[in-house]
Amino acid sequence: MCPAVGITTTVMNGLMLGIAVLFVQVFSSCTIAAIKNYIHPRIRIPTYTLTIATWVTVIDLVLAAYVPGAYKAMGIFVKLIVAFAIITMRLEMFAAKNPIIPSFWDAVGMGFGFLLGMMTLGFVRELLGSGTLFGYDVLGVRPLLFFVLPAAGFFCVGFMMALFNYVELVFNRMKQKKGSA
Amino acid sequence: MKESRIYRWLLLALLFWGLLLSGCATEHRFIKKITFKGSNSIFIIFAGPVDEAWAKEMGNYAVYEKPDPDILLTITNIIVSPDRMSVTLLFDGELNQLQPHIVTIKEIMSEGKSQGTGVVTAKKLYFGYLLSILIGAMIIKNFVFTKYLGLCVFFGTSQKKSTAIGMGVTFTIVAVFSAMMSWFLYQYVLKPYRLDFLQIVVFIGLVSLSVQAVDTILRKLNPLLFKAFGVFLVLVIANCIILAVPLILAGNEYNAWESLMLALGAGVGFLIALFLMSSVREKLELANVPPTYRGLPIAFIVAGLFALAFMGFSGMSIF
Repeated sequence: MCPAVGITTTVMNGLMLGIAVLFVQVFSSCTIAAIKNYIHPRIRIPTYTLTIATWVTVIDLVLAAYVPGAYKAMGIFVKLIVAFAIITMRLEMFAAKNPIIPSFWDAVGMGFGFLLGMMTLGFVRELLGSGTLFGYDVLGVRPLLFFVLPAAGFFCVGFMMALFNYVELVFNRMKQKKGSA
Repeated sequence: MKESRIYRWLLLALLFWGLLLSGCATEHRFIKKITFKGSNSIFIIFAGPVDEAWAKEMGNYAVYEKPDPDILLTITNIIVSPDRMSVTLLFDGELNQLQPHIVTIKEIMSEGKSQGTGVVTAKKLYFGYLLSILIGAMIIKNFVFTKYLGLCVFFGTSQKKSTAIGMGVTFTIVAVFSAMMSWFLYQYVLKPYRLDFLQIVVFIGLVSLSVQAVDTILRKLNPLLFKAFGVFLVLVIANCIILAVPLILAGNEYNAWESLMLALGAGVGFLIALFLMSSVREKLELANVPPTYRGLPIAFIVAGLFALAFMGFSGMSIF
């Protein structure tokens, strides 16, 4: 949850982090699915953590080597992917019980979901904050400079959650009307 | 009763002396003290008399600010004290005393014998520097409101004041414990053997280990305290701040005291953030919030307001 606020000032940052998470999720899901029969149930959580940490190290080094600019912009957040609860949760709930191929697709789905969320946040903040998309000038003006400020990340996430709640509320109301009618 | 109090004060005084001394000590055995003097000079005290011809030679000194080692500062004059125990280096411009300066002194000659090359750091008022790290991590660069770390736990445990305080205190204890361990491991194992790339794996292992250790120790030592705080221990691992602190320590090459201050600042800063947030959320329970905003969305917006307020601290510097 932390990087959602901290890093999504531009679409590009959101995309990079999303890709990093996607790769970590896929690789660690596959690893756990492959070796799940050899893990003693009592040490499964530490094993998950170490597996994730290993893959995060790999991604961290790869990013540092091939895209140093983006890596610098993301700072410490790449390393902090280790502490993502969703990755561990997915390993516990899915990869530990299923064979490799379903785990792979599950991980891809989860990763893309996260990627989409990050990009949407980045899209809104970059468009409203600096009037650009992927660094290209789209609007020509800067509508709300406030959205570039780090603090606006909180507001953005809050408004988006409220929006989802609203959609759910309306959806439920429609369902109820149909049910009663 | 009275005696025990005096002993306590003595102990405190000793501790402070230890702190002070550790602040003055330098990294080379022949250089006793190095400080800024005035706005444009650095003052060095040696353990014994140095040779004047050597001390006057400007090529023997190289001074730069810690962040940019490529830019050497120009020395305009060197003054050797009459007893040849101390040297003052004069520079052509004012020194940026907020930055620590690295001074390399080549082949120190004393009484015709070489004492080796010394690389020492000149820092302004070590105590103040430590305090600025503490306050910086606590308020100016608050981990929750300006770096957006540890949000999962932050939103999860800020519903009630009592849980907020419990979580904050537990977190501070574990953070200090694990940061000190990881500092030691990084400085004395990972760095000498060039294993820095294993940082993440080692630090996450250490954090889980220290949580487990605190759990076991507290359970045996103080069951009452364990009952109050034990629940939060598991949650500490899920907090990214606890992992961010060792990574920052390693990235900035902090020493033991600086690490301690950063960890303490991070912990107390988290406690402050949690307490502020829980106070607001307790009131929010009574407020009439629109149904779509109830729960997490409004909490996020409140956190945003706090972050805006904390932005007021940004750029501030103490000492």
